[in-house]
Amino acid sequence: MQPKIIPALALALCGIWAAGCATGPSDSEAERAVAEMIKTSFKTRGQATIARLNQDEAQALCSKHAGELPKDLSDGIEKAQQATIRYPGSGKLMGDWREGERIAQSGVGKQFTDAPTRPAGGSCYNCHQLSKQELSFGTIGPSLYQFGKQRGASEAMQKYTYGKIYNSEAFTACSNMPRFGHNGVLTEEQIPHLVALLLEPDSPVNK
Amino acid sequence: MADPMRIRASMAGDKVEVKVLMAHEMETGLRRDASGNAIPAHFIRNVSVAHGGKTVLSAQWGTSVSRNPFLHFRFKGGRPGEKVMITWLDNKGEKRTDEAVIAGG
Amino acid sequence: MRIDHVLAGVLVAMLPCLSPAQQDTLKEIERYRQLLQESNPAELYEARGEELWKTRRGPKNASLEQCDLGLGPGAVKAAYVQLPRYFADTDRVQDAESRLVTCMVTLQGFTPEEAKRNPFSGTGVPMITTDPFSGVGQRSVMTDLVAWIASQSRGMRVAPPMSHPKERLAYRAGEKLFYYRAGPYDFGCVTCHGEEGKRIRLQNLPKMTNAKDAQRAFGTWPAYRVSEGELRSMQWRMWECIRQMRFPELEFASDASIALIAYLAKQAEGGTFDAPAIKR
Repeated sequence: MQPKIIPALALALCGIWAAGCATGPSDSEAERAVAEMIKTSFKTRGQATIARLNQDEAQALCSKHAGELPKDLSDGIEKAQQATIRYPGSGKLMGDWREGERIAQSGVGKQFTDAPTRPAGGSCYNCHQLSKQELSFGTIGPSLYQFGKQRGASEAMQKYTYGKIYNSEAFTACSNMPRFGHNGVLTEEQIPHLVALLLEPDSPVNK
Repeated sequence: MADPMRIRASMAGDKVEVKVLMAHEMETGLRRDASGNAIPAHFIRNVSVAHGGKTVLSAQWGTSVSRNPFLHFRFKGGRPGEKVMITWLDNKGEKRTDEAVIAGG
Repeated sequence: MRIDHVLAGVLVAMLPCLSPAQQDTLKEIERYRQLLQESNPAELYEARGEELWKTRRGPKNASLEQCDLGLGPGAVKAAYVQLPRYFADTDRVQDAESRLVTCMVTLQGFTPEEAKRNPFSGTGVPMITTDPFSGVGQRSVMTDLVAWIASQSRGMRVAPPMSHPKERLAYRAGEKLFYYRAGPYDFGCVTCHGEEGKRIRLQNLPKMTNAKDAQRAFGTWPAYRVSEGELRSMQWRMWECIRQMRFPELEFASDASIALIAYLAKQAEGGTFDAPAIKR
């Protein structure tokens, strides 16, 4: 038995009943429902605490304006995120690209099934192409193949690369890329290895 | 007692075509649990198919066959309405027999 | 069989890497998918589910045959594709799995905790596993039931009702949750499911705001997941996504899980329901 057709009258009144439809819930009603669900539908497990669902300013703005962020807000986010970038105390921004490849390959980190003491990976290949040899790469982010070959490894470029990994939203508000440094996922020991992976001429990324 | 097999037997030209889905863990013995202990091996060792009192297929399986195995084969000499009997025996000595009637014509 | 299933999955996932000339591999893979469906172990879960529906269980020693999945007590055909929906007896919007919880409580006398225990099947001893409630050789009554209930909607059009105010509220809330960015990875569902033609590693990602993608995605869960050796439901799919988003644990059959499923079901409206399917 096939499902009944939704009453045509209701649809005609609402169009495809979107926001602003007279018979749909108001935006604030929906917001209230979500706030309640955030509180009651989730529970702390392992290292993934309920507190993780508290949004910071960038997360809240990016959620609210998904896909249509006004320029003044995006500029504001980028400025605020830029201010969070912390460079390593050692001053050394390039590490070992071999270690970088290991970090880029690892998708472990911060899940409640991950041991909290185990170092997180960068999950880089989940979203990006990096070395030519690795065929199993994602396309959520742009290809980074030949990243360093195209840009060189000047101090300025190292700083940019480090900063981008530390906090991608300093450069692109509401970027899909996690703010690895700012959110405490990758350490100041790990990020330089990724910088090396991207910029070193000997790295497989640039061969 | 293991779950029944899902068996489909029908004529395909002059042969009987049999498709059987077996419910079985097929644990290799190589996996480890969260504490690091090996999960004991539990897998089908033998499969035999009988029709008209004769064995029409005999198989020796091991740990490379995956969980809930699916077996698909054809044999000659069967007719619609006749029975096909399938038996599996695993490494723990558990066994299961199910039968199906050959359909079609 | 395991190798074949994995190969098919990898081949399909790698399609974007293949040259246009090799795209007629797609036709072959579709044909292979149909052959795979014959060997789909989901059938085993469906058979158990059908039995469990009729089996007397719980303190009230009753079956689920009077359970109302939205089309009246005991009406199972076409019920799954018209969920989630509003139920007057609980005054809330519910999906298939939360509705089963309701029926286990009201008809069979289980407590809500008992009904929600072990919702995701797990076999063998506890492992480093994604199953919150797996136990030694422990089956999941819930998984078996939802497999059978879903199978009774196979081939039908996805048509979640949207006329009751609470149904609309659930949809809007689910939509907002879809865009909700949080946690140490700043992920929201939209991060992976908001753009067309993307993939994570070699796994193609459906864009959930694209009707065709959403129809295909929603229409193929529940599914037997070969890599897990288990049948997985929509509640599981939500739970597993949320885990990988680095969020805290999404509670089984919770309001947020139902809202998300309501949103996705509406996005998939009009699609053909093709589940229980088989996946990598």
